[in-house]
Amino acid sequence: MNCNRAIVEAAIQAGCRFFTGYPFTPATECLEQASHRLPAAGGVYLQAEAEVSAINMLMGAAIAGFRCMTATSGAGFALMQEGVSHMAGIAEVPCVIVNVMRGGPGFGNLAPTQSDYRMATRGGGPGDYRCLVFGPATVQEAADLTKLAFALADRYRTPAIILSDQMLAETTEAFDLGDPLPEEPVEKWWATTGCKGREPIYMGRPGKNYGPEAEYLSGNLTLNLIGLARAGRDPDTFEAHMLRLAEKYHRIEAEEVRVETLYLDDAELAVVAFGTSARLIRPAIERARSEGLRVGLIRPITLWPFPSRLIADAAERVRDVLVVEMSMGQMVDDVRLAVNGRTPVHLFSTLGGVVPRPETVGREIRQILGLVTADSRA
Amino acid sequence: MDQVFKQTTSAALKSRYDYCAGCGHGIAVRLVAEVIDELGLRGQTVGILGVGCYSTNPVTFNFDCQFALHGRAPAMATAVKRLLPDRLVFTMQGDGDLAAIGTTEIVHAATRGERFTVLMLNNANFGETGGHMAPTTVIGQRTPSTPNGRDPEIHGYPTRITEMLALLDGAKYVARVALDKPANIMRAKAAIKKAFEIQLSGQGFTMVEVLTACPSGWRLTPVESLKWMSEVQMKTYPIGELKVAAS
Ligand code: SF4
Repeated sequence: MNCNRAIVEAAIQAGCRFFTGYPFTPATECLEQASHRLPAAGGVYLQAEAEVSAINMLMGAAIAGFRCMTATSGAGFALMQEGVSHMAGIAEVPCVIVNVMRGGPGFGNLAPTQSDYRMATRGGGPGDYRCLVFGPATVQEAADLTKLAFALADRYRTPAIILSDQMLAETTEAFDLGDPLPEEPVEKWWATTGCKGREPIYMGRPGKNYGPEAEYLSGNLTLNLIGLARAGRDPDTFEAHMLRLAEKYHRIEAEEVRVETLYLDDAELAVVAFGTSARLIRPAIERARSEGLRVGLIRPITLWPFPSRLIADAAERVRDVLVVEMSMGQMVDDVRLAVNGRTPVHLFSTLGGVVPRPETVGREIRQILGLVTADSRA
Repeated sequence: MDQVFKQTTSAALKSRYDYCAGCGHGIAVRLVAEVIDELGLRGQTVGILGVGCYSTNPVTFNFDCQFALHGRAPAMATAVKRLLPDRLVFTMQGDGDLAAIGTTEIVHAATRGERFTVLMLNNANFGETGGHMAPTTVIGQRTPSTPNGRDPEIHGYPTRITEMLALLDGAKYVARVALDKPANIMRAKAAIKKAFEIQLSGQGFTMVEVLTACPSGWRLTPVESLKWMSEVQMKTYPIGELKVAAS
């Protein structure tokens, strides 16, 4: 089974009961898989007329308390950003979004890239907000992280993004779906399912709190313009909301970083790469090690929260840092912030659907370690 | 003594009332609440509110509500109704929300025959932003963005979106009502109730367009507004049932 389909299987095992999306290569197989597997699992599958509708359908499902997912790629992900921002920063509801990265900018091409790193980790929508972002490198890890994504999205009431790419998406390899994650059930007291037996809930506006006593911002500009608004635009209410959001993000940064390291203890050179590029350059690192070169790997698994602490610590010990990315250099900004000038940070990037090859990255490694000169073909 | 009027349960004044004097939104909210009370469905109702004065004011609906991004309420309602098919689900949207930014969502929800009800409040302008031209603004109507009046050569023609939606196979009940005088207000209530009942019978998409006064946006007094609604607005938007599918 390929990665697109494995992710949907893992989602269903994790209790996903709503899937919507718009066909977008190379994410479309997620829709195909969901179209028959969701109904069989007692869930709802619905093809949306556009990504904008898909993300808002997802918002409706999420606010009604259901675990839900959509899958898309680059430009489709861009169309979803307003909805993602609203779900993360205003409604604060959980959902899982798969972005199978293909070539950008614009409609780009269909080949693998990692150039939506920034859109996923910074957000392309308005305002201050964050989403959990996972960067799987194998089908097995994609399945495992999908399950984790649902659990953490619920725990923190926030969208989680699985950042796959065309190469991983179409990789077919054996994986073990395993058991459902042991989870403490999260009580969704905020789910709008009808107020029978309790007070009404209003979800999707910023306020001091949710529930019957909620105080909401008044946006009636006409009343404001003609001077009739009463306690209308209350900045304190929104500030309190944003401060609570910031506190939540600090908690996530403190508790949810996941990262894999390889040969880092005695490394002189730390290579930082995620997802497919990390997988593809592993042989270069193994080969360098077999030649006695002290090279290590840092592979961020969560792209937000980013393993800044670990990279900062490593920067105290290594002589150089090399970032390998299938983009003009997006994650390298996070690495530079973490390294904070302690050591030089080099970038090896591939563009337009070209993937990093062990031979070329191996040459780059030897060059940085001073074993070959820049123009040597060795 | 007989009680002839009381607060509805499904709508309650919480902390303050922010509609302008003469605004039709309060009446629309009241009618929806009365119908839900009469159907005894307050505990099973999910309202999805679009972006407009009706939703930015303190929440007056006394049942579960979701707030949608501008124009997207039908997408949210689609998911909610499909996941919770026994609930009463409706969207409340303005004419700007539904007939401008939200045309994609409304057309496809109606096409799919989604089993929720859409209540479109048509006040012929973007009331909340300050009264600017909306797709529903009538020819000649002056707004802050059409200072010389809406000119079809420049601004195009008013959008009769409700007539357009009535053509779709998935739409089972489509009506237009007006909140200009007591008799029409009672007709409006009957139409909302009928739409909800057809929704509950599972037939398909239902919609009621409600003409509501916006004295602030129209720069008229409340009394002049009601006159303008019957004498001008209703010429472009005649009221009545546009589609009643045989059940
Ligand atoms: S601006 Fe218009 S629609 Fe908004 S509250 Fe005032 S009268 Fe009502």
